[in-house]
Amino acid sequence: MSINPDLQGRSYPAAEVYDVGREKIREFATAVKASNPAHFDVEAAKALGHSDLVAPPTFAIIVAQRADAQLVQDPESGIDFSRVVHADQRFTHHRPIVAGDRLVAELHVDGVRAMGGGAMITTRSEISTEAGERVATTTSSILVRGEGQ
Amino acid sequence: MSPTFEELTIGQEIGTRSIDVTRQDLVKYAGASGDFNPIHWNEAFATSVELPGVIAHGMFTMGAAVQLVSDWAVDPAAVVDYQTRFTKPVLVTDTTGTDEAGAVIDVTGVVGALDADARTARIDLTVVAGGQKVLMKSQAVVKLS
Repeated sequence: MSINPDLQGRSYPAAEVYDVGREKIREFATAVKASNPAHFDVEAAKALGHSDLVAPPTFAIIVAQRADAQLVQDPESGIDFSRVVHADQRFTHHRPIVAGDRLVAELHVDGVRAMGGGAMITTRSEISTEAGERVATTTSSILVRGEGQ
Repeated sequence: MSPTFEELTIGQEIGTRSIDVTRQDLVKYAGASGDFNPIHWNEAFATSVELPGVIAHGMFTMGAAVQLVSDWAVDPAAVVDYQTRFTKPVLVTDTTGTDEAGAVIDVTGVVGALDADARTARIDLTVVAGGQKVLMKSQAVVKLS
């Protein structure tokens, strides 16, 4: 099955809320081998002026990839997850993500480009609080490899 | 102490870091991130989709590489923008049961650009594993006081 070119310009509305918890920040920080106290110690985070533990710079990938899953799992997309390779990624933080945030992500498919037997797909997640405050914008390109690629 | 804008010059090195990676680290990252693609933990599956073996999540490498910048900035929230291209996979060999790393990722950070109006510094990261640059255009923008 090939990638549906009509995906370009499609958007997926914000789905379920992602609750940012302290233990998830600690777990994610440990997993990326972070040791900055602002991810682990509430007092250290407060000393830097934050209301609670601060998420590492790439934490928003959790929220973004949940949004991406809507596209990957869309039967109309034609994406075989096992053939997906991450090509590039960007995070722009409008304000820090801290424990206690309740985040939603709206997914936009900004580009679909045929490459060999596969395709390069660029998506953007606009992450905001449930109340509508902008938090982060993430952009991601994935290469869906064709057979033999 | 946090770095200040005035003390920085383009080309200045902010530091280096060497990161040991094991298969267990990839399982931990899978759990923490929710990315359970088996190419990151199952050798047979990885080779069946024409990969040379189990490879690290690109996002693991990206997330681990920026720690050099987070610690230099003191406040990780000072990293207001961070981007990279994933150019080569990081192959992680199975060293389970030993003290050996399955891969080593070496990170170097250099001040690549300074914006006096925004008071930001762009830190350019060189990220190498197995003798190859695995990330390209890996750039973190840091807001300084």
